[in-house]
Amino acid sequence: MSALDNLRDTFRRDQVFDFMRQGTRAVAPGQLDSGSGKNILYLEDITVSFDGFKALNDLTLYIQTGELRCIIGPNGAGKSTMMDVITGKTRPDSGTCFFGQTLDLTAMSETDIAMAGIGRKFQKPTVFPEHTAFENLELAMNGPRGPWHSLFTRLSGEQTNWIEDTLATVGLLEDRHKVAGLLSHGQKQWLEIGMVLMQKPQLLLVDEPIAGMTRQEVERTGELLKSLAGKHSVVVVEHDMEFIRSIASTVTVLHQGSVLAEGTMEQVQNDPKVIEVYLGE
Amino acid sequence: MRDSTFKSAFSDRTAKTFMGVLLGATLVVTLLNQFFPPDSPLHVSAYTVTLLGKYLCYALLALSLDLVWGYCGILSLGHGAFFALGGYAMGMYLMRQIGDRGVYGNPELPDFMVFLNWDELPWYWQGFDQFWFAALMILLVPGLLAFVFGWLAFRSRVTGVYLSIITQALTYALMLAFFRNELGFGGNNGLTDFKELLGFSLQSDSTRVGLLIATALSLAIAFVLCRWITGSKLGRVVMAVRDAESRARFVGYRTEHYKLWIFTVSAILAGIAGALYVPQVGIINPGEFSPLNSIELVVWVAVGGRATLYGAVIGAILVNYGKTIFTGVMPEAWLFALGGLFVAVTVFLPQGLVGLVSQRWAALRKQFPPKKTNNDTLTPAEGEAP
Ligand SMILES: Nc1ncnc2c1ncn2[C@@H]1O[C@H](COP(=O)(O)OP(=O)(O)OP(=O)(O)O)[C@@H](O)[C@H]1O
Ligand SMILES: [Mg+2]
Repeated sequence: MSALDNLRDTFRRDQVFDFMRQGTRAVAPGQLDSGSGKNILYLEDITVSFDGFKALNDLTLYIQTGELRCIIGPNGAGKSTMMDVITGKTRPDSGTCFFGQTLDLTAMSETDIAMAGIGRKFQKPTVFPEHTAFENLELAMNGPRGPWHSLFTRLSGEQTNWIEDTLATVGLLEDRHKVAGLLSHGQKQWLEIGMVLMQKPQLLLVDEPIAGMTRQEVERTGELLKSLAGKHSVVVVEHDMEFIRSIASTVTVLHQGSVLAEGTMEQVQNDPKVIEVYLGE
Repeated sequence: MRDSTFKSAFSDRTAKTFMGVLLGATLVVTLLNQFFPPDSPLHVSAYTVTLLGKYLCYALLALSLDLVWGYCGILSLGHGAFFALGGYAMGMYLMRQIGDRGVYGNPELPDFMVFLNWDELPWYWQGFDQFWFAALMILLVPGLLAFVFGWLAFRSRVTGVYLSIITQALTYALMLAFFRNELGFGGNNGLTDFKELLGFSLQSDSTRVGLLIATALSLAIAFVLCRWITGSKLGRVVMAVRDAESRARFVGYRTEHYKLWIFTVSAILAGIAGALYVPQVGIINPGEFSPLNSIELVVWVAVGGRATLYGAVIGAILVNYGKTIFTGVMPEAWLFALGGLFVAVTVFLPQGLVGLVSQRWAALRKQFPPKKTNNDTLTPAEGEAP
């Protein structure tokens, strides 16, 4: 990144002075109502542009309750931006984004969205670097979130067990007292997946989970994601075709900010449009 | 891993050591002042007692800054404002205690009001003749200001340099306001000529010693309180906000509430430090709001070492001791020395003196490992070698 970019990043108006953003008043977090609909997430006609460049262009996408959906697409297709929109990090210029029937995600804060039951693993692993693996999971553990509660709360045996179970699930039990900043890239990926699990979300957004993992770790991650589907809805973004083939039921291909194709891996792979822009390269 | 409670924070080793050293030193100074005649070489003068009391007030102020800066990453360049407000609240009580012993002998009005031809006490001076009321205001005024200011700033997600700048603006604006006579706080002379506190004469040695003890106790309690806070889950969330604020939001924490909480608690501690300071130095004036004071405070914490609590205390005492010596020798150069110190610490000692010592200590331990852990120090590579 050039110095100028750095400067821009530091002085981004929308981050420094949030009040300059308009129309983003948060509504009280409601109860998720997936109601009669079979879908848990509704993205309709979402457009996001950065300085005129449309990262998302009239994107419409539905995620079913309990499904494991894979999203693929070339670099810059807008996959991470889509997750930014869902988690409240980026506000769309137009379009609607509903979680269940009633929760309008475009009007909720990141915190409210997280509390409503959406957990996210970022593309670049983001953990709390100065805290141990154990503490990272403790901080992510679902439960009351207020300062006064945090001051007086003490970890119960049950909670400790839960955290240790999750540490075992993501293969970090040995390293639980290691500071997260010192973990390997793959371990950070897993730690972040563990954090998402501790939030007990209904919808998991997992952005490029296997980068930096060994073959064995990749297999275990695939197993883990498959085991989560059903009870949770899971959206996975990945570039690794083999990995996707091993876990996917439905695949959505994004290209230039909108959906290019959707279907089983087989169907998608044989779609001439997809071959042209992506798989054929 | 154990969550701390107020009780457990009292009995942990760091807190015990801290309190032992602090209260032990205070006790020794007290005894040397009270039980040795002034001509004895062991006698500690009232001047020294008060100087120590002053350092401890600064230490408490530094502790409060470490809480927000070291642990939460909020670089407040206006913390002196909360210190000064606590000081003014105490000063107002002390003014009311003067009664008719002022120059003008007015039993109701402080001298400066008589001088300004005011004929009655402004409403906001009411109640300050009562110590309990003044004590309440010492906590409430800085706390409330921090709460309102923090609420506006953190809710709007003002962070980093911008936040530092507006905290600096806050203390500067208050300084200008307090300089004005019409505001009713004594203008640029401030509040002074205090006579007594709770009926004890401020001139007497025993009161000075009493104030030193009170300050040491306050510092000890504040230290334990901060240990409790930073050792609890709240402390871990606050540090998470410091290291990765947006991550903390994405796991569901309202980071602005945590910042507001810690900022307000910190301001209250700063206010207490100011209130203890004023009777010992005998004056409070708008100079205490000077932006420079708040910047000096940042240097103390940086020199001692951030996010350890005791580092801030050590930094405050050392730098101020240095200042006392230095300003005696060549006063003009002090600011340059301070600036140089800050640059040197930032470049060479990012963890401060405390960090340097613990690094050295760790290196020593490595070189001369204690016997009982000898077996564990085998590196995995050595252990696996056939
Ligand atoms: N904050 C931003 N400001 C400007 N442009 C952005 C911003 N975020 C994303 N973009 C641009 O939007 C486009 C889509 O980015 P996005 O990160 O969503 O792609 P992606 O599909 O996740 O790609 P990758 O596979 O590389 O992760 C890219 O061209 C990117 O440069
Ligand atoms: Mg991406």
